[in-house]
Amino acid sequence: MALTRRQRRTAIRGTQYGVLVVVVLVVAFAANWRDIQRGFFDLDAARQLFPDVLSTALVNTVKYTVLGFVFGLVLGLILALMRLSSVPPYRWIATVYIEFFRGVPALLVFLAFGFGVPIAFHIRFTTLSTVVVALGLVGAAYMAETIRAGIQAVPKGQMEAARSLGMSQLRAMVSIIIPQAFRIVLPPLTNELILLAKDSSLIYLLGLTGSEYELTKFGRDAMNTVQSMTPLIVAGLCYLIITIPLSYLSRYLERRTSGESKQGLEVLS
Amino acid sequence: MSVIEISGLHKSFGSLQVLKGIDLTVERGDVVCIIGPSGSGKSTLLRCVNLLEQPDSGRVVVDGTELTDPDVDIDRARRRLGMVFQSFNLFNHLNVLDNLTIAQRKVLGRNRDEAERIAGQNLEKVGLAGRERSLPSQLSGGQQQRAAIARALSMDPQVMLFDEPTSALDPELVGDVLGVMRTLAGEGMTMLVVTHEMQFAREVADKVLFMDGGVVVEQGPPAQVIGAPTQERTRTFLARVLNPTGDNP
Repeated sequence: MALTRRQRRTAIRGTQYGVLVVVVLVVAFAANWRDIQRGFFDLDAARQLFPDVLSTALVNTVKYTVLGFVFGLVLGLILALMRLSSVPPYRWIATVYIEFFRGVPALLVFLAFGFGVPIAFHIRFTTLSTVVVALGLVGAAYMAETIRAGIQAVPKGQMEAARSLGMSQLRAMVSIIIPQAFRIVLPPLTNELILLAKDSSLIYLLGLTGSEYELTKFGRDAMNTVQSMTPLIVAGLCYLIITIPLSYLSRYLERRTSGESKQGLEVLS
Repeated sequence: MSVIEISGLHKSFGSLQVLKGIDLTVERGDVVCIIGPSGSGKSTLLRCVNLLEQPDSGRVVVDGTELTDPDVDIDRARRRLGMVFQSFNLFNHLNVLDNLTIAQRKVLGRNRDEAERIAGQNLEKVGLAGRERSLPSQLSGGQQQRAAIARALSMDPQVMLFDEPTSALDPELVGDVLGVMRTLAGEGMTMLVVTHEMQFAREVADKVLFMDGGVVVEQGPPAQVIGAPTQERTRTFLARVLNPTGDNP
């Protein structure tokens, strides 16, 4: 007997829920909950991590990320302007830079500034300067392309109006174009900040002293001490404390900008 | 005395010749309207006057300064020319008052108080007193265009250039903008206006230019060019514009 469309939909939906319930039940009975709890959610081990996980590790992660982001943002803006320059060599240099640093693994850049450059030039970088420079160099390559797109998204008439009022090219860029471009690129820049927060963990491979521990290194060490994965879970949750609000902020900014630019388009059509 | 003297102006975009040798003089205090079909080069001509487009050859002299001289300080020369665009081009991130004061402060070096005083006078003139704190997106098209006129006026220009200032407006908002332009003309402002508003050209202009195919086909007082055109191309254009449905009245 043929089923009606509604009957068929109900049957399919019912089957899907049925499978889900069976899987959950099998896992619930088969799993060794004591081992899982000790391995992943050991509350005693978790308690030992506080307050250092917040006062040292989380603080350091935020510090490395923010300073790297600021350095990358400044460098990214310079690269974006070079990409848009009327002087060809500036464009070439910026293009090579961007393609290079977007194309190689961030880890390679960390190793280069952690070991390669110090060996080559017989100098020592502090951990902070290594992480800020490495994160900034990588982040700048991505942010440069984002900022360039933002500058190009500002309607051409804005530059023409500014020039008509007697502003120089530079003055118009600084006072009129860049402020509008940054409104446009705020959401993608926030996403870049999230990526940098996660990439800051790469410094872990360079060997840190206790006070320099960031979340990943902190979790990795504590895991050895307490013989449980709990510290990594805690470190992971701490990353989420940074990244989830940022991703909501980014989405909020995106909604706000798209609302604005819709109005802008009506005006400019 | 001529405020604008244009001679032998040529401009091409790629292989397309847009201006094929334009000569034009504008006397101080005159209102000159440029009319013509779309694609005739009239907006390009206007944009060549303040060098938003770089002419291929020919001279543009404004108030005794040759703008087409490669050694001229174009940023300084542009201060004498106020420009009003079809799409308004108010700075979207600034409120009305800042739109009017930013160039006064950054270009003319006026202090904030003086810039705001001058901005206030010009907003008053265009009927936007009280909208200082509005963002462009909160204004109607007509209000935006009047704010853009006030912005240009705040730089104390010798000449105002208007590039189809009412073409992007809803019909019921056109009158406000034209009203402001009439007031300016009445105050003796020198104006060069690209427009499709024949009524405005007929009533306000001292001289009308009809352009077609990159050349000035006919020019003279509006009574002559619009009232009694001698050229066939002018007659054809006016017939289409003044009686778009083709009905015989």
